[in-house]
Amino acid sequence: MELMRIKDLPITADLAGFAAVVGVIALGAVAWVARGGLTRRWEHLVGLLGLWMVIVGQYMGLVSSPRERMMGEVGRILYVHVPSAWLTMLTFTFTCAFATFFLFSGKRHWDHLVEATAEVGVVLSILLQATGMLFAKPTWGVFWDWDPRLVSTTVMMLSFMGVLTLRGLLDDVDRRATWTSVGSILATTSMIVTYFSVRWWRSIHQMQSSPDTVADPMVFVLRWNAFAFLFLTVWFVVQRARLSARREALDAPPALPEEVPA
Amino acid sequence: MPVAATDAPSSPPVSTLVVDDLSRRFGRRWALARVSLTVPAGGGLLLLGANGSGKTTLLRTLATALRPHRGSASLGGRDLWEDRRALRPRIALLTHAPGLYADLSAAENLRAWAAMGGHAVDAAARLAEVGLTDAADRVVRTFSAGMVRRLALARILLKSPDLVLLDEPFSALDPEGRAVVAKAAQAVRARGATLVLSTHHAPLAASLCDQAIRLHEGQIVWRGAPDDPQAAVPADGALV
Amino acid sequence: MTGVRAVAAVVGRELRTEWRDRSRVGGLFVYGFALVLALAFAMPGPHMLPDLAGGALWLGLVLASTRALDASFATELEHGALEAMLLWPVPPAAIFYGKALANTIVLLMVACFLAPIVGLLYHPEPRGSLWMLPLVMVAGCMALAAPGTLVASLTSRARGSSALLPVLLFPLVVPVLLASARATTLLLEGDPMNQADDWLGVLVVFNLLHWSLDALLFERVIDEG
Repeated sequence: MELMRIKDLPITADLAGFAAVVGVIALGAVAWVARGGLTRRWEHLVGLLGLWMVIVGQYMGLVSSPRERMMGEVGRILYVHVPSAWLTMLTFTFTCAFATFFLFSGKRHWDHLVEATAEVGVVLSILLQATGMLFAKPTWGVFWDWDPRLVSTTVMMLSFMGVLTLRGLLDDVDRRATWTSVGSILATTSMIVTYFSVRWWRSIHQMQSSPDTVADPMVFVLRWNAFAFLFLTVWFVVQRARLSARREALDAPPALPEEVPA
Repeated sequence: MPVAATDAPSSPPVSTLVVDDLSRRFGRRWALARVSLTVPAGGGLLLLGANGSGKTTLLRTLATALRPHRGSASLGGRDLWEDRRALRPRIALLTHAPGLYADLSAAENLRAWAAMGGHAVDAAARLAEVGLTDAADRVVRTFSAGMVRRLALARILLKSPDLVLLDEPFSALDPEGRAVVAKAAQAVRARGATLVLSTHHAPLAASLCDQAIRLHEGQIVWRGAPDDPQAAVPADGALV
Repeated sequence: MTGVRAVAAVVGRELRTEWRDRSRVGGLFVYGFALVLALAFAMPGPHMLPDLAGGALWLGLVLASTRALDASFATELEHGALEAMLLWPVPPAAIFYGKALANTIVLLMVACFLAPIVGLLYHPEPRGSLWMLPLVMVAGCMALAAPGTLVASLTSRARGSSALLPVLLFPLVVPVLLASARATTLLLEGDPMNQADDWLGVLVVFNLLHWSLDALLFERVIDEG
């Protein structure tokens, strides 16, 4: 079977396209959630679709797709690594967006979505780090390299872990929601600055740039897996948001007593 | 009852306090439940009730330090929480937390707070009003609890407020200190400002207020006159 | 104009309390000194120290900043002054800018104390133009103070605050540490390609972002009722 090089993949360009598709879907979903969409259990359909796509996608990635030219079988980790990278970025972007929505509107469902996306984002970024390290060892010879993408996602993961720690320490519902949102916005903005400053720090040390040539069979499997991960992420996020809402309902105060005539 | 002597006599009294169905919770507990009351401009309201009955929560909500979770309160027809930025300069709150800097002297504290509010202050005159002239240059960290209370009173009165909220202002004070606080409270009402006061010191309170409520578990369980003998008897039998 | 006066009043009050309790800033000096000293022993040998001078200075400052920031809110919370300030006729943004400026000044004092000590201990051989070093120090301290003030306002009122502050702050200030340390090292070791200017640019961008965004967020943090 034909062999390809991972470096040939137009990963950045593809992320932009993927993000655009997701953005359009998300806009509709956000408008729907704002109208109370979390009351209906629609996400299992998406979750099942995601599960099926992951099984098929990983079969394609691990078995049926051609071997990578430079790294051989190791290159197949790409079909987990790249989708988790994209989804980490997207999930944290949504955390920031939901946090902004919460600060402007004060509606509780945004807070549940902030918590859900932050937690799922942390899990995805752990997956990203783990696969990235497994990938880096045979290709670069080390588990960790000071790559801007690696450093900035690590920094963002640590930031969001800090935010979730802070959230766990707060008892008051309103304060917890506001402070989580503030922390999430800070974490996301700092990630952008970190990415550019680290990239620039590395560029001084001559980092190679990759040519943008396309290897079609790989791109298809990659896209397939990206959407599979997207659907699974949506399922996890919605489930987690429901859990937050339930927990909050459990902590809700009892009904106010009737007015006592004085 | 003194009629409000406001700066703008044509507008409705700026210091009328109207509380409507006000509720506030902490976690799962309602600390304040459906409190409704009206204090006319220049009036004095006495809050009674055991520790934990919601007096401090009510005062802090009226001071806009806490957001009401239900219901509303208004001062001179303006919603307290919605217009809090505009109303805060006109509301003074005295609690057990004095809002002072322990490493600054009494005079420095007053000058610092006045400067943050954007005006100058005659610190010596303000300190004389609360009987702290001799302690003007002493660092607050060395003050007794009673002196801290007096200085905190001088601090909140820097604002010349329309609504004055005093939470247990007589605790930890000697008779002279209580007289200072009582005099200041009377002066506040004489100016036409509204006074809300919580205390267990019935005789002083009766002379400062013209209506009273008793709170129990966040609700009003009794309304009456501050000199009513019932005001001195806790309804639930819990003495403080 | 009233806003500027309020900021000045907050800064004046902060610095006055800082001056009254001088032992706190003194403690920061000693802390920073001990840090750069200990860091030297963690290195393979004295021959490496000249290259590490810039990094040691900024690592010491970042670590010292968490102590300074934690202390600046402890004073406010001790007697309910933060809430009193919220209820005072001071715009919340003025509180933020006042505290952040005061923290910048405290950090600059630590930087001015620490820089000669690093010079003494690490033997950097200045080959570059040192006139930009004060600029880097001001920009770096400002960049630590703004997010630091906001994060400290969050953590100081949560349980276990002193452990939480660095957890939230360090990831945020990674670009500050990177840019300040790189710029300082380049200025010390010579900068043939004028890269120090660009690192200073990173600090300026970081400052612009945080000195505007954080004031808005601070307002929400302290006034959420």
